[in-house]
Amino acid sequence: MAGNNGSNGSGRTGLRVVGKPHRKVDVTAKCTGETKYADDIVFPRMLHTKLFRSSVPHARILKIDTSKAESYPGVKAVLTGNDLPAAYGAMPVSEDEHALAIGKVRMVGEPVAAIAAVDEDVATEALDLIEVEYELLPTISSIESALEHPEPRVHDHGEFGNIHRRQVYEFGDVEVGFAEADFIREDLTFYEGSTHLALEQHASVANFSKDGKLTLYTCTQDLHYLHKALVKVLGLPASHIHVIATPNGGGFGGKCDPFQHEMVVSKLAMVTGRPVKICLTREEVFYCHRGRHPALMSTKTGFKKDGSITAMHHRTILDGGAYGGLGIASAFYTGTFQTTTYTMPRFKCEAVRVFTNKAPCGPKRGNGTPQPRFAQEVQMDKIAEQLGLDPAEMRKRHLVAPDSTVANWIRVGSMALGKCIDKVVEGSHWKERFRRLPYGKGIGMACSGYMTGAQTPIYWNNMPHSGVHVQLDRGGGVSVFCGSAEIGQGSDSILAYIVAEVLGIDPFDIRVVTADTDLTPVDLGSYSSRVTLMTGNAAIQAAERAKDLLSQAVAEKLEVPGSRLSFADRRVFDSENPEKGVTFIEAVWLAETKFGTLGTVGSYKPPAGKGKFKGSGIGPSPAFSFTAAIAEVEVNPETGIVVVPRMWIAHDVGQCINPVLVMGQVEGSVYMGLGEALMEEMTYRGNRNVVHKFPSFLEYKSPTTLEMCDITTYLIEDGDSNGPFGAKEAGQGPQLPVPPAIANAIYDAVGVRIDEVPITPDKVLKAIRAKAKGQEGRYGPAKFTYPTEMPAPIYVPSPIEGGDGKPLQREPAVAQR
Amino acid sequence: MKPTKKKSKSKPEKAHIHLLVNGEPVEVAFAPHKTLLEVLREDLGLTGTKHGCELGECGCCAVLVDGRPVLSCLALGVAAEGHDVATVEGMAEGTKLHPLQAAFADLGAAQCGYCTPGMLLTAKALLEQVPRPSRDQIKAALAGNICRCTGYIKIYEAVELAAAWMAGEQAEAPKESVYGWQ
Repeated sequence: MAGNNGSNGSGRTGLRVVGKPHRKVDVTAKCTGETKYADDIVFPRMLHTKLFRSSVPHARILKIDTSKAESYPGVKAVLTGNDLPAAYGAMPVSEDEHALAIGKVRMVGEPVAAIAAVDEDVATEALDLIEVEYELLPTISSIESALEHPEPRVHDHGEFGNIHRRQVYEFGDVEVGFAEADFIREDLTFYEGSTHLALEQHASVANFSKDGKLTLYTCTQDLHYLHKALVKVLGLPASHIHVIATPNGGGFGGKCDPFQHEMVVSKLAMVTGRPVKICLTREEVFYCHRGRHPALMSTKTGFKKDGSITAMHHRTILDGGAYGGLGIASAFYTGTFQTTTYTMPRFKCEAVRVFTNKAPCGPKRGNGTPQPRFAQEVQMDKIAEQLGLDPAEMRKRHLVAPDSTVANWIRVGSMALGKCIDKVVEGSHWKERFRRLPYGKGIGMACSGYMTGAQTPIYWNNMPHSGVHVQLDRGGGVSVFCGSAEIGQGSDSILAYIVAEVLGIDPFDIRVVTADTDLTPVDLGSYSSRVTLMTGNAAIQAAERAKDLLSQAVAEKLEVPGSRLSFADRRVFDSENPEKGVTFIEAVWLAETKFGTLGTVGSYKPPAGKGKFKGSGIGPSPAFSFTAAIAEVEVNPETGIVVVPRMWIAHDVGQCINPVLVMGQVEGSVYMGLGEALMEEMTYRGNRNVVHKFPSFLEYKSPTTLEMCDITTYLIEDGDSNGPFGAKEAGQGPQLPVPPAIANAIYDAVGVRIDEVPITPDKVLKAIRAKAKGQEGRYGPAKFTYPTEMPAPIYVPSPIEGGDGKPLQREPAVAQR
Repeated sequence: MKPTKKKSKSKPEKAHIHLLVNGEPVEVAFAPHKTLLEVLREDLGLTGTKHGCELGECGCCAVLVDGRPVLSCLALGVAAEGHDVATVEGMAEGTKLHPLQAAFADLGAAQCGYCTPGMLLTAKALLEQVPRPSRDQIKAALAGNICRCTGYIKIYEAVELAAAWMAGEQAEAPKESVYGWQ
């Protein structure tokens, strides 16, 4: 293992718990039906809420009449926008949402009014009694219409027209890089939006006590940020709001934003003095969305004959939907991680996010990075083809070195992508099969890199990103408290495994208490693949401090130096004379006698980044994971139907805390990537009504067991000194190479390029037919235009240019080139 | 306001039925339009049965009626009169997990756990019909149960492991299912 500082456990040998398969601490309850998800919570006298949602995509609200609904028997309260006037949003820079629309609706499905009634049926009936008068406005339904029509504006904020945000960064002079290139190519790609489709429909239950305190049970990935938004909207002090994140029935990024229904049930509980529940219908979940941004991209890359890259200029236009949400982060991430895999001395990225009258987009698995990674990896395949090189060999020859700083001032630590490529190449018999399979069968590869947690919190502060509190009791039990939210990835279990490893006890001796703002120290939430690394490091610190207390007490009793003590098998003993020792319970008694009640804390904050420019906080991460994938496809040239029988995937995870959970994350990522590659699309009907084409499980096509491919998974362990025991992320990165590997395999099978996902049969067929007619065998976007002049880039000389991470005012002559 | 005069249209007479739930006789009264899903969750407190669409599209709400998988969101509660309904709460025997539950737990086949009850019951019905199913038979049986977390692989492996245990074998999960391929 690379790590050797010992403080976070990396570099250890003789691990007893870490690296071994264990059941998750919460899995038995999940297999017996005992786990309480939000909609399983019931209180006496509980009311039920339904939201009146806009039926039009863009309109001024002239009048809302709720009087009939209010007098309907069984209705206890009705709210409209003015009852919750404070604006909020996931990011401080775009707080443009209201719990219920005020003055205007911006999308079909936007909540306008809310009803609390004695049961769901009554609330639903009363919805029909609400009357809203709208003055319709022209709709903005796509990237193109947002660029063509600055008026009417969806929002008054943003840059101008329907442009929410533009950002331009140049790391090193890319024109110098292009001048050094033997070849330059520019490719256009389009990545359609898709949604999380978590099985659990969003649900929340609020209770307001008679002493003025609110408790909200809700399926959120980010309870801390929700807590802050509730303070803002409800006007209660934070100490009087208690948020409990219930186990999420799937998240994938779809439960990161604070949601309208969470504000609404909280307020309704305050108004009625009764517990209030809401559970969204599946159709409503589609309109909550916050999923993958549709992205139109242009990727211009300069390269030499050996396939080395001299510069890349990547441009993206994102369809943001009706609200900001976390969309600015998504836009940033379309131009951050291209540099982490292959040596790229100079890099320029531009992104424009537009507002449209559709469900807001935001973070879905990979947040903003699957789109540019698709563009980059398909282009790599084209570059190899153009140069007559093997795409696996070509990639491997130009990998970013471990422990290096890349063009955009991101530090890459451990990096085992080369090993990953070797594994999938060998396993798939790539060398014997690439470009050698019969027509209709093909094999393709792609790679990726992804962060293990963001360096910067969503709101600016200098506090820890994760806190853990460990409490030891006289029964030998250990309680671990942490604000992290379990969304199925195993975050509760990680805490137990790590504390058990440090203290030499069994993971099931540990009680894990998480996701409760009254009981647990803040953790920023289940996003950006941050949880294992950040809660893990905080847990190690807290557990090591507990171990120190136990060591001191036991050392005194046994009269051996503390440094000689070992913790294992629920014993603390002299490592030179293992017979001599005490049980873990005795150790706790000795320590409690010596020190009083036992509790320790640990916290974690990522190391500072190297960039010193505005926006340099987005991109750096304590560690990067890497993945290589190879897809095998069968393409029917008569129907255009693509079948993926198998994928090989190798993931550089640093160190498995529990390999079976890592396997699950990798396999789940392949699944979600397969869906985005071939089937899933979040699209809308018409350009006036802008209603979702298929807001249902049946018609929104996602892979079932019959579409899912077989997977050969390799876990590559090359510990990172920043990870707990060397661990890096596994939940998002492995999805990234899947769609481009499939697109590249389709080219190998039938010789056509599909530069757009999802790769549906009609697109494949069009490209095959075009090729048969002697035209370009390609399906994808034909043009890429920006609406307007882009602002001058924030120019930061890259490391190869001798920069120091600070931005530079450019010489005019250089800027004009 | 005189609520007795303006009666809500959603308050018809309750239906009253007798059925077996997890092997025990139960009687329950509920609004007659309620689905079996709603009766189980709301009137019998058996919230282990989940819902992801309430339109018969996702498979979360699958229960066994007389041993066969039924989407409880599409079945009316009144239609369960006299039938034998099995839910996830009844799978374990006392404190001993059903082999499927144990295998799902060992292999991480339950990630978020939300599709798990429907998967377990559908798989249970499969194993009762076909004690040692092929991978293709497992896929066909579970094709109506969507899982967004696992990519189904760990679920197939868990069903195969449970089938081996139920046949009396001292089986373990294949090494590559747990640690990946070397």
